[in-house]
Amino acid sequence: MTDLTSVATPAGATATRSKIRVRNLNFFYHDFHALKGIDMDIPEKRVTAIIGPSGCGKSTLLRVFNRIYAMYPKLRAEGSVELDGENVLDPGYAMNRLRIKVGMVFQKPVPFPMTIYENVAYGIRHHQKLGRKKLDERVEEALRSAAIWGEVKDKLRHSALGLSGGQQQRLCIARCIALQPDVLLLDEPTSALDPIATSRIEQLIEELKRTYTIVIVTHNMQQAARVSDYTAFMYLGEMIEFGDTEMIFTKPEKKQTEDYITGRFG
Amino acid sequence: MTKSTDHIIKSYDTELARLTGEIARMGELSVKQLEAAIDAVERRDARAARQVLDNDDTIDAMEQEISHGVVRLLALRAPMAGDLRAVFAALRVASDIERIGDYAANVAKRTIPLATLAPVAPAHGLLHLSQLAAVAVRKVLKAYVESDADNAYQVWRDDVHVDEGYDALFRELLTYMMEDPRNITPCTHLLFMAKNIERIGDHATNIAENIWFVVRGEPLDEPRARQDRIEDK
Repeated sequence: MTDLTSVATPAGATATRSKIRVRNLNFFYHDFHALKGIDMDIPEKRVTAIIGPSGCGKSTLLRVFNRIYAMYPKLRAEGSVELDGENVLDPGYAMNRLRIKVGMVFQKPVPFPMTIYENVAYGIRHHQKLGRKKLDERVEEALRSAAIWGEVKDKLRHSALGLSGGQQQRLCIARCIALQPDVLLLDEPTSALDPIATSRIEQLIEELKRTYTIVIVTHNMQQAARVSDYTAFMYLGEMIEFGDTEMIFTKPEKKQTEDYITGRFG
Repeated sequence: MTKSTDHIIKSYDTELARLTGEIARMGELSVKQLEAAIDAVERRDARAARQVLDNDDTIDAMEQEISHGVVRLLALRAPMAGDLRAVFAALRVASDIERIGDYAANVAKRTIPLATLAPVAPAHGLLHLSQLAAVAVRKVLKAYVESDADNAYQVWRDDVHVDEGYDALFRELLTYMMEDPRNITPCTHLLFMAKNIERIGDHATNIAENIWFVVRGEPLDEPRARQDRIEDK
């Protein structure tokens, strides 16, 4: 491993292995320079929160991690994003493989218009050939891990669209988990949910971090403080500060971070 | 606490400023209580001492009010970083000021029996000690309002003078007591008063430590010059 710069490594993360290593990452939407020289080490089996005002590049950064931007023309990323030492931006890194390893959950729950069971089984079938029994087991396991099994076990054949927003979001998390990924990317996963559903997702994040490396983008700073181990503050496409969550919310190093989290920005 | 930039939500600034203002007023009242208590000792005025005792309720009520304000701010504003430190420190500073008020009241309480006894000379030494403590409290309150960690540090360091003043008075009182057993009762009262004032100095240093924490974000943990205390010998 090369020496890590202080910007890249969150303080206190030395004992933890880096799952994702971002080096000099630049991203462009056409001519717009959206990410500027990002260096970041995301610790394994920890929750890393990315905060910052709208348009700071936090969602863009998340989207680079699973190359979802590649679906759109004229978007390009430069630099490297190493997942377990392999650069996922390398065109040789198979998209299928990346999508299994890095799952993503969006702001609005997007259940497929099919049954609850099929929502979870769909992805598994797409990537693996499993027998009926094995498939059932995987679906149940994923739904249990996403803390929704008890609520849906008697209506697996019902449409997923009949679930509440919070349940739909946990179903989407189950759909990700079903592929047994390493990394979960959560893009504002609770901003469309009520406080109770939000608490359930936050509790779930706490349980999931034992197994997965989680990166969450949130506008809700209290949420970042509650769920994450490390917090990165971004502004205008730059990584301003990346550190231990407790430090960021009690004694940030940079004035810009302090101004943002105390509500003084402007 | 004054900050270079205001919050986007103006009422948040108003509430933080109000908290600082209340603490400054409470602190000033506690110093006035100390001065009034010492004045009562000097003039052997039991009535004035009773007035000081009564006034202590006002300080206690102010502390309650501040605690309430802090809980409210924590619940409704969810302060972060420097704001969080300021709000948290406000609670601790208010508690220190409340103790300062208690010590001033204790001094007043002993003035009442002391006024019935024959005057003893060391009562004047108490005035000097209380002046040192009052200066420390006033200075630390100013540093609090101005978020001035350097001045707070000076108060913290200068507490050694209050300690020295106390030790000198302790020795003097011991001499008087050994000289004539009839001095023991008034000198014991004076000794307790001196101890109370010395404790006021310690609370001023607690406040200084909190100011340091608010401004610098870290504890003031430098070892302070501590002499061998005469009362330990």
